[in-house]
Amino acid sequence: MPNASEFPRIETGAAEWVEVEVDGQPIQVRAGDSAAAAVLAAGLVPSRSTPVNNSPRAPYCMMGVCFECLLEIDGTENVQGCMTEVRPGMQIRRQQGARHAEPVTHEDRQS
Amino acid sequence: MNSDTYDLAIVGAGPAGMAAARTAAAQDLSVVLLDEQPAPGGQIYRSIRRPAPEDRRILGPDYYHGETLVRDLDHSRIEYRPGTTVWALDDDHTLCASSPEGSTRIHAQRILLATGAQERPVPFPGWTLPGVMTCGAAQILLKSSGLVPSQPLVLAGSGPLLLLIAAQLHRAGVAIEAVLDTTPAGHQLDALPHLPGALRNLPLLWKGLGLLRELKQAGIQRFAQVSDLRALANEEGRLHQVQFHADNATHRLPAQSLLVHQGVVPNVQLSRALGLEHRWHELQQCWHPVTNDWGETSREGVFISGDSAGIAGAKAAEQAGTLVALEVARQLNRLSTTQRDEQARPALKDLARERAIRPFLDALYQPARSFLSPADETLVCRCEEVSAGELRQMVDEGCRGPNQTKAFCRSGMGPCQGRLCGLTVSQVIAERRGVPVDEVGYYQIRMPIKPLTLGELADLHK
Ligand SMILES: Cc1cc2nc3c(=O)[nH]c(=O)nc-3n(C[C@H](O)[C@@H](O)[C@H](O)COP(=O)(O)OP(=O)(O)OC[C@H]3O[C@@H](n4cnc5c(N)ncnc54)[C@H](O)[C@@H]3O)c2cc1C
Ligand code: FES
Repeated sequence: MPNASEFPRIETGAAEWVEVEVDGQPIQVRAGDSAAAAVLAAGLVPSRSTPVNNSPRAPYCMMGVCFECLLEIDGTENVQGCMTEVRPGMQIRRQQGARHAEPVTHEDRQS
Repeated sequence: MNSDTYDLAIVGAGPAGMAAARTAAAQDLSVVLLDEQPAPGGQIYRSIRRPAPEDRRILGPDYYHGETLVRDLDHSRIEYRPGTTVWALDDDHTLCASSPEGSTRIHAQRILLATGAQERPVPFPGWTLPGVMTCGAAQILLKSSGLVPSQPLVLAGSGPLLLLIAAQLHRAGVAIEAVLDTTPAGHQLDALPHLPGALRNLPLLWKGLGLLRELKQAGIQRFAQVSDLRALANEEGRLHQVQFHADNATHRLPAQSLLVHQGVVPNVQLSRALGLEHRWHELQQCWHPVTNDWGETSREGVFISGDSAGIAGAKAAEQAGTLVALEVARQLNRLSTTQRDEQARPALKDLARERAIRPFLDALYQPARSFLSPADETLVCRCEEVSAGELRQMVDEGCRGPNQTKAFCRSGMGPCQGRLCGLTVSQVIAERRGVPVDEVGYYQIRMPIKPLTLGELADLHK
């Protein structure tokens, strides 16, 4: 399913490759890639929609700041994709709309 | 939950943290170095142990300088723990951290926060569209995965990193449609009085000019004094055009990817959560935690160095980390004051040179007002989808600071905990109220500074 939003890969020399599934489609990624990188390589963009207005979003900072890369990984929702390394067989899915299980934040802890 | 004890615990394995670890270990201090990334290097030297691009010319020699720092971590007195996120620090110098193995408590006599910088939020209409990301994000993908943005590709913003990343992508064979320089007219003049300081660091100035020349020779289209930047979506809600104003005309370029950048700002999440004193830095338009010359903060025994203490770049971070380690060695009786001062001399000299060029760069590349306090329609808080107009309305209704707007519209209460809206919210409020940003203040950040799972919380009480 080639699409225009796929991030191409340049020559990376010797590397191990890992097969993961992005929204059910198998894809080979470099060992050490983040799940968010796998999503961009697969062109799965938008990769989530927001709980508030269902707006389409995609990874933005790749360094753990923005939380735009929230994904469903191996059945767990709200996983920060850019901070999660791929594992062989990892199942990565788009996260749609309202979070079903909210991440625990300091605000929740206080109430 | 386990609890371990060290002389020095360092949060962040970038140049500041790695240099501090190296120097402290050389003084026979026991060091634990924690970083949430899977490998050492920090932002500049990310993936330096296993950079993805095969061709070393793509990232350039400044990047590969990180190899020596990482090599020096291999020392019996340094325990490096990757994949470990620090989310709290107690009054008795105990850090709470999570890794895939669970939560741990780590106690140390002295603590160094070397958590680096993040890119400044760049709010403009359409910045939330899929297809728009930061220049730094693209650089991370290049360094760690060898992935490059889908094309056509446009870069927009201001600052040395914008030019560096454009050059790195070009060297990687990526076609760049255009570089849109948003540096406003007049900044060259503002920077001029700071030129003598900049001349103390000719090699860095020279590098900057070299990048400009490289992009020009590559024939990459460049627009100057760009304003009214806007990302436009197709029916699927994805970026497909970039609109902007330059040379007295409105332009539209096709784009699959738009990379934006307006400089970097200190990551103050931990220092804020600790309630340390911070000051507004007018030239850099961001907050700095207050430290003394050796990096010690308003809380005794807690140090901050590198870009998390104030933006000065990677070389300065390395020197500042070295200085903290020397002072810690003095405080823990490994060095006399004279010995410390003697060993600190080369680092102090280099640090002064690195810092001297900053006012020039800060004045030249200060973001245009429209990115600091954006137009009403622009979303400021991406998580809770709050616009600048809504914030202004709240100010008009009597909100005086970010913690009040937070209560009314949830800005800053999403998962990013204000990391991507905090600066802008304070600036929008200050501008609307007509008072200095210092008077408006910042979000009250509380620990844990990262959302925790229930499992991680439960682990704490074991
Ligand atoms: C995305 C990005 C790309 C950059 N690229 C360049 C470049 O190519 N060239 C250049 O000259 N400058 C670059 N910079 C500027 C950068 O700030 C450097 O000057 C340098 O990396 C600063 O070094 P440092 O040691 O202060 O922090 P950093 O190198 O940023 O290191 C900080 C480390 O702390 C870790 N950390 C942060 N919070 C926590 C926590 N709570 N728990 C555990 N670990 C934590 C991070 O994972 C990171 O590894 C970049 C900045 C950014 C944000
Ligand atoms: S992309 Fe920003 S947190 Fe992952």
